[in-house]
Order: sequence, then C-alpha cells, then structure tokens
Amino acid sequence: MTTALLVVVLTAVGVLGVCVVLTHDPLRQTVVNGFFGLSLVVFFVVLQAPDVAISELVVSTVAYPLVLLATVYRTGKGTRDPQRRRRAPSDSEVGR
Amino acid sequence: MSRVRRRLLFFVPVGIAMAAVLAWGLVGLPSFGLPHSDYARYFAQHATGQRHTTNVVAAIVFDYRGWDTMGEELIMVSGVMGTALLLRSTRGEEHRAARDPVTSELLTWLRPGMIPLVLLLGLWTISYGYITPGGGFQGGVIGAGAALLTWLAGSYQRYQVLTPDALVDAAEGSGAFVYLAVGLAGLAAGGTYLHNLIPLGTTGDLASGGTIAVLNAATGLAVAAGLVLIFHEFLEDYTETVPDVAAEER
Repeated sequence: MTTALLVVVLTAVGVLGVCVVLTHDPLRQTVVNGFFGLSLVVFFVVLQAPDVAISELVVSTVAYPLVLLATVYRTGKGTRDPQRRRRAPSDSEVGR
Repeated sequence: MSRVRRRLLFFVPVGIAMAAVLAWGLVGLPSFGLPHSDYARYFAQHATGQRHTTNVVAAIVFDYRGWDTMGEELIMVSGVMGTALLLRSTRGEEHRAARDPVTSELLTWLRPGMIPLVLLLGLWTISYGYITPGGGFQGGVIGAGAALLTWLAGSYQRYQVLTPDALVDAAEGSGAFVYLAVGLAGLAAGGTYLHNLIPLGTTGDLASGGTIAVLNAATGLAVAAGLVLIFHEFLEDYTETVPDVAAEER
C-alpha cells in the first residue's frame, strides 16, 4: 500500500467533502456530491475493497442523485440561480 | 450574559473533553491497514474451500452473515413502503399524457444503445456476483438505473409502460419472499435457518455456492424493483408539478 497514494486520495476525499458543504445551490450540490462519491470510490479501490467500491459507485451515481433531485423537484425549491428560473416555458419546445 | 455567550461557555469545555476522548480512542486503534484480525484471516483461508465461491465477500454476506442481509433486505422493503406512504397522493384521476420532449440530441442519439447496455451490465453484475466483485445489491441498482434511463432519455409514458406497477410490486415482493423462503427451507431440511442446502458446485463456475446464488438473485431482483418503486413515488405527480409540462397541458 503506497502511502503517498493514500495521502493524495484521502486529501481529495476531505477537500471534496468540504466542497459539498460549501456549495449552496441544491442542484449544483448534487453534481459536486457525485464527484465526492467518485473520490470515495477511488479511495476504496486503493484500499483493495472492490465490492464496497462498486456499491459506493452505484449508490452515489444512481440512487443518491435520484433521490436528491427528486426531492429538490418535489419541494419546489429548484435552483437558486435566477437565470435558470426565468427561463420561459416556450424554450422546452426547442428540438422536439 | 447573552445566549451566544452562554452556549459558547457550555460548548468549549465539552468540545475539548470530546476531542480528548476521541483522540484517546483513535490512538488505541490497531495500526492502519496491515494486521488482519483472526476472523478475517480465517475467512481468507477457508471461505473459498467451504463455500466454493471465489468472491469471499459474497460468501460472507449471503451465507456466513446471511441473517444480517435478510434484515437489510427487510429494511429496503420497509423503506419503499414508508416512501409510498409519505408520498401517496390522491390517485383518483388517470395520468394524462405528459408531453416532455427530450431536448438533448445526444441523449436521443445514445438512447437505443445505452439502455440495453446498462440493463445488461446490471444483469451481469448480479449473476456473477459471487464469482467476481459485485453482487445482488450493486447489480440491482444498476438495473434500476436502466429503468430510470428510459425516463431520462425517453419520455414519461415509455417509462410508465415499461415499469407497470403490478409487475414491479410483484418483483419486489417475490425477491424478499424468496429470501425468507430459502431460510425456511434450510430449517425444514433439518439444519439451521438459512442453512446452505443446495449442492455446492465447482468453484469459479456460475453453478456454485449453493443458496448463495439463489439469495444473490433474489436480492438483485428485490433491490431493483424497490428502487423503481421509489422512483415511481417521486415521479407520481409529474404532470402536475413540472411547470413546463403543465403549461403545455392547458
């Protein structure tokens, strides 16, 4: 187990975890959380635990963003980005 | 004294005490990484010989610790039930056709190849779960992801057609039931609950592991169906709450 590699991966996990907390927009937080999950996957692979890595990959890519996005959507909070909120309904007909 | 001051006065000494206890506990842990416990060493040496599976984690999850996995599966079932109860709305009216066009050309272009590929990946991860890293839970979530892709890259109608409520309910129920039934079969055959009673095959083949294979498949089915049910509950009022789609309805 190379110590340098472990240190790098652990630092990535820690930094990305803090980044998730510091992102304020719920939609963007979901994306950053995906990256955090990816860093955890790399961490588990470095620690030689492939089953846990696959579980973490699958949960943080499929299950967790789905529940997050569905909840954000259902509670009507959406994005705090004012530019996206103001998009007109007619824009959805582009490309049909 | 203001409230903030009072809280700080309480927090700082308690925080320091907790940090000290935590540091003391961390120092007493075994060193990082190398020395395995006796338990782990026993499994590494004997699990493949005793259960004929090459994935020792699957052997532990579905055989040595099959009881815990049964509890986890029941947690999944009750989670789905709780979500359905919480998000249950008035189901009086039919779902009107929601026109939600996919505005991304890339998604429309990739869709025919992506969805079967992801489904195949999920089925492969489930079925080889006790030979290579993977397993029922992981493959089940991938399979549920394939179902979600039909909504993301297609339309809500296609998603509804491909995942009818009755089928998904039955799938989840039968996954959990098979798990419990295999355990009871172990009891009926004179051994303990969840006793491995099917003949173990040759290591490395698909036909190995005995009841591990059956429990693996049952878990995959139950997890996939459970996640699709959770998606269903969240997407239930899709026609009413999406602003663009509802505007087109009028």
